[in-house]
Amino acid sequence: MPMSEQEVFEKVQETLVEALGVDDDEVTPEATLTGDLGAESIDFLDIVFRLEKTFDIKIPRGELFPDNILNNPEFVSDGKLTDAGLTQLKERMPHADFSDFEQDPDINKMAELFKVQTIVNYAMGKVNG
Amino acid sequence: MRWIWIDRIEEFEPRHRALAVKNVSLAEEHLHDHWSAYPVMPTSLMIEGMAQTGGILVGQACDFAHDVVLAKITRADFSDIVVPGDQLTYEAVIENLADEAASIKGTVRKNGQVIGEITMMFSHANNSLAGLELPEGFVFTGSFQRMVEPFLEQSND
Repeated sequence: MPMSEQEVFEKVQETLVEALGVDDDEVTPEATLTGDLGAESIDFLDIVFRLEKTFDIKIPRGELFPDNILNNPEFVSDGKLTDAGLTQLKERMPHADFSDFEQDPDINKMAELFKVQTIVNYAMGKVNG
Repeated sequence: MRWIWIDRIEEFEPRHRALAVKNVSLAEEHLHDHWSAYPVMPTSLMIEGMAQTGGILVGQACDFAHDVVLAKITRADFSDIVVPGDQLTYEAVIENLADEAASIKGTVRKNGQVIGEITMMFSHANNSLAGLELPEGFVFTGSFQRMVEPFLEQSND
């Protein structure tokens, strides 16, 4: 059933408030999951479980939060993503905004790709087809 | 003392639900420090009891192939205190079960009345977790194994 972006945002906001124990005014579209909202690896799985239930969708492992990029030597060199790595990541994450990250694809900054808006974009894609 | 915060599993439905009993006794050493004038069962130990109940349920769901550890306590709300002589039950129901993690919703009852709601997540420990060397099969041994075995033998009949 199609949903507006505002409806999707509100459901994502509620999901993150429950999973991360943060206040709803902290969950803004540009807030980063790890930096601003304090999410850790177990929280990412909790978020996936809750989104599946909230939106009645299936989220295959690695589709929302890609793994196996950093441990591939073709994709990482000197602490930055290679062109191949960046291309691969963009393909795996059409729901993320790379405009800041691609200026300096430092692997330590990769977590900043995971913002609230990233999840909203992903859910919009799944729900609205 | 042993770090076993459930006394017996009363009900066990594999991959779905488990119910365990914990009797609170004035013979328990820690109650005399918590507190000497008014012994009260610590909430943290009720959460641990739920974690043990849920952990056995989640571990059995993969035939104890992995050591299951408590990874996250999402929510733990209690509405009443528990004192010596009370009987607690911990009911754990699996909400999500995946290869790498599981989540349960738990209900704590004191003498039949609901006094607590707990939501928690488990993950599977590898032999080396955050650089620590863990012995293999350190969770589901001894008492925990003996508690759940009768239910598994029944379902094999």
